[in-house]
Amino acid sequence: MTHSLRIAYRQSRALIACGLLALSLLCLGQPLAAQELGPLQQVLQQDADLIVKSSRTSIGPVIDRIVASGLPVVPAFLSAWQDKNIWQREADGLFFIATEGEGRSYALTDLDSGSEVGTAQKDALSQLKPNSGVRGLIATALVQFQLSDPIRANREAALTAIERRPAQELLAPLRASIASEPDAVLMARKLRLERLLTIGYGADPAERVAAITQMSTDLGVDVRAALNPLVSTSLKVATDLPVDVNVARRLVPGTDIDRLQAYDMLVAADLAPARRSSSDMKSLLAEHVEGGTVGGVALARLSNPEARIIAYAALVQEGKVPALVSDEDIDAALGAHVFFETYAEPSPEVTDAARAALQSIATRVDLNQALDLGLDAISLASIYFLAAIGLAITFGLMGVINMAHGEFIMMGAYTGYVVQQVIPNHTLSILVAIPLAFAVTFAAGVAMERLVIRHLYNRPLETLLATFGISIALQQLAKNIFGTQARPLTAPAWLDGALVMNDVVAISYIRIAIFVLALIFLGFFLFLMKRTRLGLETRAVTQNPRMAAAMGINPGRVNMLTFGLGSGIAGIAGVAIGLYAKVTSELGADYIVQSFMTVVVGGVGNIWGALLGATMIGTLQKGIEWLNPSNTLAAQTYMIIFIIIFIQFRPRGIIALKGRAAGD
Amino acid sequence: MRKSFIAQNPSVLTFLLCLAAFTLGVSLLAEGFGVGLISTSFVKTLGKTLCLCLVAIAMDLIWGYCGILSLGHFAFFGLGGYMVGMWLMYARTEIIVERSLAQGVIPPTPQEVVDGIGSQIFGVVGSSEFPVIWMFSDSLTLQLLLVLLVPGLLALVFGWLAFRSRVTGVYLSILTQAMTLALALYLFQNDSGLRGNNGLSGLQNLPGVTAPQSAISLWFFWASALALALGYLLSAWVISGKFGSVIRGIRDNEARVRFLGYPVESFKLMLFTLTAMIAAIAGALYYPQAGIINPAEIAPIASIYLAVWVAIGGRGRLYGAVLGAAFVSLVSTWFTGGQAPDINLGFYTLQWVDWWQVILGLSFVLVTLFAPKGIGGLFDLLKRGDKA
Repeated sequence: MTHSLRIAYRQSRALIACGLLALSLLCLGQPLAAQELGPLQQVLQQDADLIVKSSRTSIGPVIDRIVASGLPVVPAFLSAWQDKNIWQREADGLFFIATEGEGRSYALTDLDSGSEVGTAQKDALSQLKPNSGVRGLIATALVQFQLSDPIRANREAALTAIERRPAQELLAPLRASIASEPDAVLMARKLRLERLLTIGYGADPAERVAAITQMSTDLGVDVRAALNPLVSTSLKVATDLPVDVNVARRLVPGTDIDRLQAYDMLVAADLAPARRSSSDMKSLLAEHVEGGTVGGVALARLSNPEARIIAYAALVQEGKVPALVSDEDIDAALGAHVFFETYAEPSPEVTDAARAALQSIATRVDLNQALDLGLDAISLASIYFLAAIGLAITFGLMGVINMAHGEFIMMGAYTGYVVQQVIPNHTLSILVAIPLAFAVTFAAGVAMERLVIRHLYNRPLETLLATFGISIALQQLAKNIFGTQARPLTAPAWLDGALVMNDVVAISYIRIAIFVLALIFLGFFLFLMKRTRLGLETRAVTQNPRMAAAMGINPGRVNMLTFGLGSGIAGIAGVAIGLYAKVTSELGADYIVQSFMTVVVGGVGNIWGALLGATMIGTLQKGIEWLNPSNTLAAQTYMIIFIIIFIQFRPRGIIALKGRAAGD
Repeated sequence: MRKSFIAQNPSVLTFLLCLAAFTLGVSLLAEGFGVGLISTSFVKTLGKTLCLCLVAIAMDLIWGYCGILSLGHFAFFGLGGYMVGMWLMYARTEIIVERSLAQGVIPPTPQEVVDGIGSQIFGVVGSSEFPVIWMFSDSLTLQLLLVLLVPGLLALVFGWLAFRSRVTGVYLSILTQAMTLALALYLFQNDSGLRGNNGLSGLQNLPGVTAPQSAISLWFFWASALALALGYLLSAWVISGKFGSVIRGIRDNEARVRFLGYPVESFKLMLFTLTAMIAAIAGALYYPQAGIINPAEIAPIASIYLAVWVAIGGRGRLYGAVLGAAFVSLVSTWFTGGQAPDINLGFYTLQWVDWWQVILGLSFVLVTLFAPKGIGGLFDLLKRGDKA
């Protein structure tokens, strides 16, 4: 209703405008063209209709004509057009830059002189609203002006625009702008972009091959994006191999291409009759049921595939259904045609060069991916090491199976979360959270040692069960307090982003931080065990508690502190793990089996063993993921199986204690 | 001459009598017999509980009598469920597919039927091909055989690897836990051939049986009771003979038994495999009553709970395992099922669903610390009371 009203209103308005125009013409008695129009306005008026009703398909030549006019005001006009600032005065069809003024009035600026020429009511104007496709074309046309723009940001924007949508017509302006580029960084970018555009749009093959060869050592994704379309092929079929196309290879049906698939191509190209699938056959048979039989075969017998063929053959004889395509027919049809792949790119020199370049790039990419994989493995290993280092103390040194170790990690992560709720500054909150997490889990560890584990030192299996009880209680407590949804633990802004070496190798700063943290812990642990009184006493109690007690060491106190220390380190690991994983009540449970594996594989009672174990498990997992990238579950499965087999050969881990210290 | 094993274990007769009385009582009161005091779903819960008691007996044999804390027996339980589930799902889908294909004018070929079943079962994981492991799923007999063979073989291979390299104590626990985790993770994959994390479903429907669920639930209840009785008898027999003495010896001092010339590894391996098979039978009876099985059931935590039941019930006595499993699983069902009333503390409403796990965990610590003999220990107190 309102819509039709609006249309009626517009129409009436247009009628009035026409009437006024006619009136003015009559009154003044002189032709419109004789008015003093600026040069750009003249150019625009020639294509006024196309400009007003612009569409992506029709506007290209118009833009070309505007640019070809070479007028200095063209860039300003194009960017105003792109920004939807061009309005048409309905009275005379002239274009202006209009800026909103008081009320509904707009100030009109002449396109050629750039001076204000009056105002108009909004009703008397209509805005040009180019759609996104048209705006894209305008942007492309603008690029050549922006490439030499005195403002650096504009030049950079122009380069980004070219990178996003490379086009043939941009090559010449880009080349022209290189010599005058004052900025070294942009200069390098322009040179690189020029090479990439030359690969795709260079004038003659020799020039393009040169560009391809030059870029064949570059790992950039953009280089591969420029080369890939050159080697993309399409599968075609013909009776004879055509001579005027760039053929990549011929395909032999049966070896390079599936026979039936090849035949289906023939069918699709109307070069052969269609095959009947078994379901087609079934529906055709169903259409010709006569008195309980089909082609003389009883319906009940048609559950047998051979009976179906007999029935169908009978129907063919009666001429009721089209004949089946036999294997011989298929072979004959395949023999009479050639199947081949062609390049879209006509020049064979270019495609050969592109293929060679892609191959050499692929080799480099593989090498770099191996490096990237190595970095990934190291970072995963540091996470496992962090999770396991507390266990290396409580399990490795004291022989206590603490199934609640994972929950200590979780407690550390939640401590970090709570601290962030109180202290909004992320850097400060992490600095506070680390010692606080240590304090919280240290206290929890000491309490657990005093209340539970102390009574079970000679019953290791029961320690496992009791600590498991604590583990499920703690998990449920965390769920009750924090809910089941994941809580964020945000890293400080300076840890955002990644260290990018090239388009293949990149490692996020958070992972580097975790790696550094793991190294710090390793150093701390070594210092503590080898250089401090507590370390000495711990080692003494580990080796022989009675003898240690006889030497005046209080084993109870040492055990308590050692267990608290291991738990505290788990808390700090929790903060680190929480930074890159979501904090949930199951956070610790996800790491507990891997942590035990790390300690067992590495060798109990030795920090270097835990380090080696973590490295091995991290590398293995990443390696298996690399072999089967779509499936991290399978990677974990195979890794655990590998570990079970590994333990066959080194039951006491990579670094096994020898002699009496090994105990039994 | 040795006394018969039943005479050595007077608890066997008591247990069998109690079980028979319980089965009879539940049957008479169940919906299937028209009295209807016990709902069908509760009959299923009781039947499932009997299966859990059976797997707890297996756990007690290996842990309570041989000292091997296996954290993998629930994996064998789950595997048993998967094996029987494959047949249930195949046979039921076959009936559905045949019925729908029979609507057409032309009778279907065998291949069309198989293809139809394949796309019905595996459509959910984006496939329609039958994986190799389903090759026997059309035969109930073979699939029932696999209930014993697959978990038995897994236990045999794993046990051989583990015992041969003298992995003992907590290390063995961790290793079995790793095996369980590996199995669960493997089954979680969509291309594992067992429908990934969807698992097998619709197992409560017996193919070709039109009887109502109230009757079917009773049949399974009886089967579970029978299996539990037989499992109890078998276990009592195993532990009473010379074999039982050797495995108890291994529990108390493995090195001494080895020096006496017994092949410790073979004894452990035999017991490990036997208990895995008992667990698998329990699982094969459990999952048709549960109706669905998925890899989450096999997760390591389930096996740890199994150990918890046995510990709470009292290790080293068969009726202890049964008591523990029945008590803890029924109480858990009650508290987490939302039937227990909330407690209003004024400032906070205590919801059992939220706090039951905490209480379970802590009570577990208390049992380990103060009552290592578990509930079964109460019977010792009674006996001592008699003598005094």
